[in-house]
Amino acid sequence: MNQKRLELIKSKLADFEIELSDINGTPAIITNPANIIIICSILKTDLDISFEMLLDVMGVDNFQKEKRFEVVCSLYSLKYKDRIFIKVPLDSKNPEMPSLTAVWKGANWFERETFDMFGIKFTGHPDLRRIYMPEEYEHFPLRKDFPLLGIPDSIYLPKK
Amino acid sequence: MGLEDKLSKDGFFTSKIDALIQWSRSNSVWPMPMGISCCAIEMMAAASARFDISRFGSEVFRFSPRQSDVMIVAGTVTYKMSKVVRKIYDQMPDPKWVIAMGACTSSGGMYRTYSVVQGIDQFLPVDLYVAGCPPRPENLLNSLIILQERIKKGEKTASENI
Repeated sequence: MNQKRLELIKSKLADFEIELSDINGTPAIITNPANIIIICSILKTDLDISFEMLLDVMGVDNFQKEKRFEVVCSLYSLKYKDRIFIKVPLDSKNPEMPSLTAVWKGANWFERETFDMFGIKFTGHPDLRRIYMPEEYEHFPLRKDFPLLGIPDSIYLPKK
Repeated sequence: MGLEDKLSKDGFFTSKIDALIQWSRSNSVWPMPMGISCCAIEMMAAASARFDISRFGSEVFRFSPRQSDVMIVAGTVTYKMSKVVRKIYDQMPDPKWVIAMGACTSSGGMYRTYSVVQGIDQFLPVDLYVAGCPPRPENLLNSLIILQERIKKGEKTASENI
């Protein structure tokens, strides 16, 4: 992404508390969960920015940090053929952020996956169920404090 | 052969009914293909022309558990899938056998992780384990021959041994 376009994005988002960083040449917007819906809808609908496509929603567990969890969204502009990340650091105790399904419908399953693996709640999500693990499962496997082989007898297994 | 001699001269022969049943059973072991991942590809190879499992009377892969004798579990069994595997196994009529094909099925294999059952013998009585990742079709055929020998000898199945 060229510097001109980056400056444009910066000026359009001047009203919000954002930080810009760089991940291997791709810009990343670091923001807090309060403004995320407005920021995302500007990024999507503004014709000069036009990030129409949500590629992925990922979770990160930075175990030692004060703000332990982080949600990373990857966006792609079909018009300008470049991408951008949005990073949202979240609380350790009660990780929660507004659902992006209001902006991109495709966020539905990505958010279910992030919820399943990290226990991050997405408020306003239409159907926040587990997507990989059994529905009655109580743990979150990709958190750093989860043992590799799982917790014994935590998943139902038929009797021999 | 002795049997032909007997039949052409006398028109009958004597045997134990058990021996007759075991002989016929061992040559018509119909598999239930429980192909869950890549081992299923080798299982298909064993079934098709080059390796030809029908030489041993097992050509009819039955996709209904009610018509099959041996379940070939070929692939990684996750905890979520284990209920399904067990349900299908429970629907098979006795006597029934289980072949655990490949490393994942026998021990979890390279999937040493929370979502994969570390060996299907945790919830199924397994008769034979086939080594390999995935096993060659010859290896699967070998396990079938061993199973046939066991059936001919009248050995108990793993499900009867519990």
